[in-house]
Amino acid sequence: MATLEIDRVKKSYGQMDVLKEVSISVGDGDFLVLLGPSGCGKSTLLNMIAGLEDITSGQIRISGDVVNDLSPKDRDIAMVFQSYALYPTMTVRQNIEFGMKIRGVPPEARAKATKAAADMLQMGHLLDRKPSQLSGGQRQRVAMGRAIVREPKLFLFDEPLSNLDAKLRVDMRTEIKRLHQRLGTTIVYVTHDQIEAMTLATRIAVMKDGVVQHFGPPQEVYDRPANTYVARFVGSPAMNIIPASLQVGADGLAEAVVSLPSGEARIAGIPLSAAALKSHAGQKVLLGIRPEHFSLTSGPGLSVHIDVVEPTGPDTLAVFAMGGTEVIARLEPFAAAAGDRLTLAVKQEKVVVFDASSETRLD
Amino acid sequence: MATDLRSARRAQNWGRLFIYGSLAAMAAFYLMPLWVMIVTSLKSLDEIYSGSFIGLPKAVTFDAWAKAWGTACIGTKCEGLKPYFVNSLVMVIPAVILSSGIGAINGYVLTKWRFKGSNIVFGMLLFGCFLPFQAVILPMAQVLGRLGLSGTIPGLVLVHTVYGIAFTTLFFRNYFITIPDELTKAAQIDGAGFFRIFFSIMLPAALPIIVVSCIWQFTQIWNDFLFGVSFTAGDSTPVTVALNNIVNVTMGRKQYNVDMASAMIAAIPTLVVYVVAGRYFVRGLTAGAVKG
Repeated sequence: MATLEIDRVKKSYGQMDVLKEVSISVGDGDFLVLLGPSGCGKSTLLNMIAGLEDITSGQIRISGDVVNDLSPKDRDIAMVFQSYALYPTMTVRQNIEFGMKIRGVPPEARAKATKAAADMLQMGHLLDRKPSQLSGGQRQRVAMGRAIVREPKLFLFDEPLSNLDAKLRVDMRTEIKRLHQRLGTTIVYVTHDQIEAMTLATRIAVMKDGVVQHFGPPQEVYDRPANTYVARFVGSPAMNIIPASLQVGADGLAEAVVSLPSGEARIAGIPLSAAALKSHAGQKVLLGIRPEHFSLTSGPGLSVHIDVVEPTGPDTLAVFAMGGTEVIARLEPFAAAAGDRLTLAVKQEKVVVFDASSETRLD
Repeated sequence: MATDLRSARRAQNWGRLFIYGSLAAMAAFYLMPLWVMIVTSLKSLDEIYSGSFIGLPKAVTFDAWAKAWGTACIGTKCEGLKPYFVNSLVMVIPAVILSSGIGAINGYVLTKWRFKGSNIVFGMLLFGCFLPFQAVILPMAQVLGRLGLSGTIPGLVLVHTVYGIAFTTLFFRNYFITIPDELTKAAQIDGAGFFRIFFSIMLPAALPIIVVSCIWQFTQIWNDFLFGVSFTAGDSTPVTVALNNIVNVTMGRKQYNVDMASAMIAAIPTLVVYVVAGRYFVRGLTAGAVKG
């Protein structure tokens, strides 16, 4: 049960800044996902929260207490690692009890806590095995059990599912979500998988090059990404980023003009504040449109020429040219075939506008 | 078809015969000296001088062994190898434990608690592996003199410990580097400190390399002659030096049977170590290659 505040935290190795003034704060019971490609500094940040790496400047506070100079064991945290990090010569039971033993928990209490964790994770039958005798999923379960018995203020997960195969990954994801619902403990979770981030998080921090690009609830990150980097990173297929020019429409709302092979087309009624519209009217902008916000229409719309279709089962992804780039629309199965000329409508209220040069979102 | 198969199988059999035949011949050639040593040590001196070296003894006698162990004369004393064998044990046991222990801690620090310049320190330690014995004898003698350990067994323990650290550090460092760093991090979060992690997690996981290090150090130190002959004298010499003295300093007829028995006695501990722990030695040397 804890809040976590990361306050202008910096990390430098000599001249190189790995993290540049990162500020994130989450409330009690939040599930924070640090999302980004490898080398973005997300694991470094997690290690700093854990106390495994020094903080160059700034503060990290857990439940309001500054933990900068506390050693990992005094921060009241538990961590689950990508490689599971189970002690190879100890049995599962010894692995789970190791931390309690060091903290001087009496044997009866240790056994009770171990049993409770084993029941919760359905691994009672594994307690007397060695880690080498377990499968990847079982090992990760044990690693989680070891974290649970600590009853920490904060759970830290460092890409816990990356070593598992696809099917198991989905199962364990659900397991982690269930765990969070049951325990209600604040969690910080590092991943490069945007699906994991979307499904698990109550707050996502998208990171790139040591800078937080967007920090917010998953749906906000998905619907209104702070910049084109976030727009492209979250969602599969990614958000389409289409060059267009911005105009004031007949109704006084924002209107975008995009070029199509068949000529110019207009997307009217784009939500944009009057101030942003005023400052950017007549200029080049970038439109962000999710693939699922295109749909077939019999009325007026964008007349496009389908280049490739990729059926995925539930949907068909149709690829066409628009605004000089390749654009993907998510349509019904059999809605399109390569070579078709189709008319598509756009859910204009979902369209996001980015500044053409800074690539940040306009509100 | 069938004849083809049969002739192929016959060719294969001949090939097998050739391989095993030559292996057996080479093994026999290699074992010949051991054979000569054993049979000679079991013969009486008269029989040796009257017969051949290779043949079986007419009458088996353990007199030579008893003499080598208890009554052979070395210098002016006639107490056999026994006191020197004890010297070697008193030297080898602490030296093996100390050098392996320090090597283990070194390897642990160099992999799991890296500091600025740790790679340079490791590189310099490695230098010790390539340093020839002769190069350190004079400076070492001076150091031992200053410490007041000249000519003593503790002095020899110190020499072997220092000289062994380069090798043991290399063994343990290369082993610990295959153990993921996340293990140390997990233990830190569990609240374990430097030594707790070392003793509870790293050492139990390092059993194969502990065996390798101990065998290596044991054979090196037990079989060492140069340091023994350079830094000890008289009553405190190790068994290898005493063996040399028995063999090279004799009055009258050369006592081949006693010489052979002495050589075998001096070699027995290393043989025992290999027979008992040799399996682990090979397993430990290849342990890095097959990670569980």
